Amino acid sequence: MAKIFVEILNLLAIAALVTIPFLKTKGRGIMALFVISLQIIIVSALSFAVFTNGAAEYFYAGSWVTGAIPVRIDYLSAWFMLIISFTFLSGVWYGVQYMKKYMDQPDNLALHLAAFILLYTSLIDICIVQNGLVVLVVWEIMALSSFVLVIFEHYKNTTLKAGINFLIQSHVCILFLTLAFMWVKVRTGSFDFNAITLFSTSQSPIAGIALFIFFFTSFAIKSGFVPFHTWLPLAHPAAPAHISGIMSGVIIKIGIYGMLRVLMLIKSDMITIGYFILMVSVVTGLYGVMLAIVQHNLKKLLAYHSIENIGIIGIGIGLGCIGIGNSNQFLVFAGFGGALLHTLNHSLFKSLLFFSAGNVYQARHTMNIESLGGLIKKMPHSGYLFLIGSLAICGLPPFNGFISEFFLYIGLFHGLATGNFVAILVLLFTMLGLVIIGGLALICFTKAFGIVFLGSPRIQIPDEQDTELPQRIWPMYVIVLLIMVIGLFPLLLSGYLIRIVSLYIPSLDIGLQLQFIETLGKLTIVGWYSLGFILLIVSVYYLRHLVTRARVLTLQPTWGCAYAPANPKMQYTASSFIRTYRKLAEPLLSIKREKREAQGLYPKYISQHTHAQDKIEIWFINRPLHFIRKILNSFVFLQNGNIQAYILYGFVFVGFAILLPSVIEKILVIIKFLNQL
Amino acid sequence: MVSLLLILVVSLFFSGIIIRTKSILSGRKGPGIFQPMLDILRLWRKGSVVSKTTSFIFQIAPTAYFSSVIMAVLMIPHGTYPGIISFEGDFIMFAYILAFGKFLMIISALDTGSSFEGMGASREALFSMLVEPAFFILLGSFALFTGQNSFHDIFSTLHYGSQISYLLGGLASFVLVMIAMIENSRMPLDDPKTHLELTMIHEVMILDNSGFDLGVIMYTTNLKFAMYGALISNFFIGMLPFEISVPLFFAIQIGFATAVGIIESFMARFRMGHNPQFVFILTSVSLLIFFGVLLVLGKFA
Repeated sequence: MAKIFVEILNLLAIAALVTIPFLKTKGRGIMALFVISLQIIIVSALSFAVFTNGAAEYFYAGSWVTGAIPVRIDYLSAWFMLIISFTFLSGVWYGVQYMKKYMDQPDNLALHLAAFILLYTSLIDICIVQNGLVVLVVWEIMALSSFVLVIFEHYKNTTLKAGINFLIQSHVCILFLTLAFMWVKVRTGSFDFNAITLFSTSQSPIAGIALFIFFFTSFAIKSGFVPFHTWLPLAHPAAPAHISGIMSGVIIKIGIYGMLRVLMLIKSDMITIGYFILMVSVVTGLYGVMLAIVQHNLKKLLAYHSIENIGIIGIGIGLGCIGIGNSNQFLVFAGFGGALLHTLNHSLFKSLLFFSAGNVYQARHTMNIESLGGLIKKMPHSGYLFLIGSLAICGLPPFNGFISEFFLYIGLFHGLATGNFVAILVLLFTMLGLVIIGGLALICFTKAFGIVFLGSPRIQIPDEQDTELPQRIWPMYVIVLLIMVIGLFPLLLSGYLIRIVSLYIPSLDIGLQLQFIETLGKLTIVGWYSLGFILLIVSVYYLRHLVTRARVLTLQPTWGCAYAPANPKMQYTASSFIRTYRKLAEPLLSIKREKREAQGLYPKYISQHTHAQDKIEIWFINRPLHFIRKILNSFVFLQNGNIQAYILYGFVFVGFAILLPSVIEKILVIIKFLNQL
Repeated sequence: MVSLLLILVVSLFFSGIIIRTKSILSGRKGPGIFQPMLDILRLWRKGSVVSKTTSFIFQIAPTAYFSSVIMAVLMIPHGTYPGIISFEGDFIMFAYILAFGKFLMIISALDTGSSFEGMGASREALFSMLVEPAFFILLGSFALFTGQNSFHDIFSTLHYGSQISYLLGGLASFVLVMIAMIENSRMPLDDPKTHLELTMIHEVMILDNSGFDLGVIMYTTNLKFAMYGALISNFFIGMLPFEISVPLFFAIQIGFATAVGIIESFMARFRMGHNPQFVFILTSVSLLIFFGVLLVLGKFA
């Protein structure tokens, strides 16, 4: 049955792509909406079938190049397929409304739609195909289609630049992936994923770790672990809002999927790997949130927050690995369970935040936090939805972010109690990192929400009225519903999580399974208490209403220390809100300042611009590039614009390539001859 | 249930004791210890002035802040009596629930669009972020020390074996007192009696709140003090029977309030720029506690 489903899924995509040229713009939109929704229904049915009936597996014969192509849909695949599908569902329904603004660019829209369908199909295929070569091809389709989606507004210079940056970095990612699969193929003769297990058990442990490093680097680029994150803050602001939401929600998560998949297959020194992942993740989380706070562009801020959340997910993965290494099954459960849950949660609240930011962008035509303000009165839906997203991303109860962070904390405390000295120190500093990440996220989102939505507008722009139509708001409310359900009734997900985690612990005994269910039961208690908390707020508020109903309520301007002509420009700004923090973090960040001081007796114009730069980007990307460019510039004479010269280069290269083996042969003969002397 | 009632009782006169201590130390007689509570009751009967700039956030924030502290109070045990809410990992929820209230207070300050309040909000956000690691390491140390993972289990199994562990208890109380001072924005971080808006933290955040809401916020501050006092008292109550533990609880709370009064009488407020360094000290002290625990458990390898 799985085979039929998968084939229908892919055929639908192909059929949709074929029909695009024959439809008008509106028809294309409706068709894409219809096809993707249908695909999502199929994928969801398939995933739930896997969760009820167990893993599905079948083979295609393949060719002599690829070898047999196994399609395996296990619990891990199904989990990620569901996450991807839900984000795409909300994304496509929101996106269709968002793209209405661009109806005057039919060709551009057609390409966008085609890429959108391709992206969804390729993401699902990556989750189910387990043949290295085929995965590489699909991965490439995914990278290219997401590139097309990102550069929708390609007539803007910055967008195109960000897109090309993204394209190059995704190909560096593919390069590492190719190397890893090739290495496995050379040593074991198979592209099947199971060959990775064979590789790691038959080769030396060092080789196993080296193979993991190859995979890790590749997936780290995709999911934005520091120092491979530099494409993320550029690509997210450039893309349309629904693409940013999907990119942050699921495209970067495909890297997490890859990591979890490889960890399931590789049999190596898991403790070393675990410590390594933990270290990278804590740095990623801290670095992401530290830079998020100082951003002035709302979407860039959210992009840095994705890096932070990838760090949190990574902490979970690292804990799980340490658990496998120490055969501490509880830690495996808390770590991987927390990581999987946070992957889901992050895809929910991050897409919600991006969609709200998209509404703000279409209403105000800017993403600069400093020129927004007071939007909650003009766009109440987007405002409160953004607030819910902010509370959830800070990990505050009663929302879903708290549940996954609670999972990780429980794992950390449990690990503290059972570990040895080194493990205790590592876990302590991980906990410290997680706490600081949480606290910094609070600063970041009080800033983002407070400055963008509260107060009064800082710059008067005539805003557009139709950004809060019901048809573009409802997908966001569906996301909120899911956020609340997970936040209040986490037990609903326990069955899924237990099944996925049991893939990592083949010898899971019943007693421990019961203990897991008990832990999840505790999470349900947390959910009930959260519900109680909401009720408490509501009842106290009602009490307040009863008491203050009879009292006098006067409306006055905000207290201005007796200064009468207060204006919106005198409000607190985002930069000043984070100034104390910036002073503290200055040594770790790199902030460019342009200042024009007051001069003369009657100074006219003073200004100060601060611009946060990414130190890692400067050191890791910009400096080496600059260096390489300097060297390569010496060879610029080769590019003389003379077509004859180019043909000559071609001949020289071909001749060299043909002659090389025989030259080497001759040299070998000479060496042999010399040896015989 | 026991601790909830005790904390509610203490919250009625906690800040009264602080004020009385300060008055006596400055050579005045001072008001009765229930005067602050009477002031709050008077506020509750008043009407309010609300800024035109504000939205619904401003209306609900004091309520949510109060509810978050009540929710946190429900988790505090009293010796062997667990709090109303008690489960494995409850102190994580404790910290996060308090953060929820703080989040809403911060954005409600930004809701008024006032620069003064924005300034206060900025400082509140930063300092409460800096204080969080100290709390978690402290609880982590005691979780490791007792092998338990909830407030009630930690405190009911806590017993002091060696001399080092007494030292740990003392240090823990120091850290908690300081956390309480920072969370409530008292001296040496912030001076609630200052009259310059530029140097305040918490007080400047609530400049635009009036009437009922202001009363709620002020009562919440008292409640928060009593809550931290109860947490400190738990380090000493342990398995003691009820007849001894309740007087001990009150003694510790009164001692705590007096200590706050004494600190406020004899210490000057730090320069705002030095506050982060001071808050970092707390984290290092709690790391000290952690290593002390490792020492006691013999886990140093």
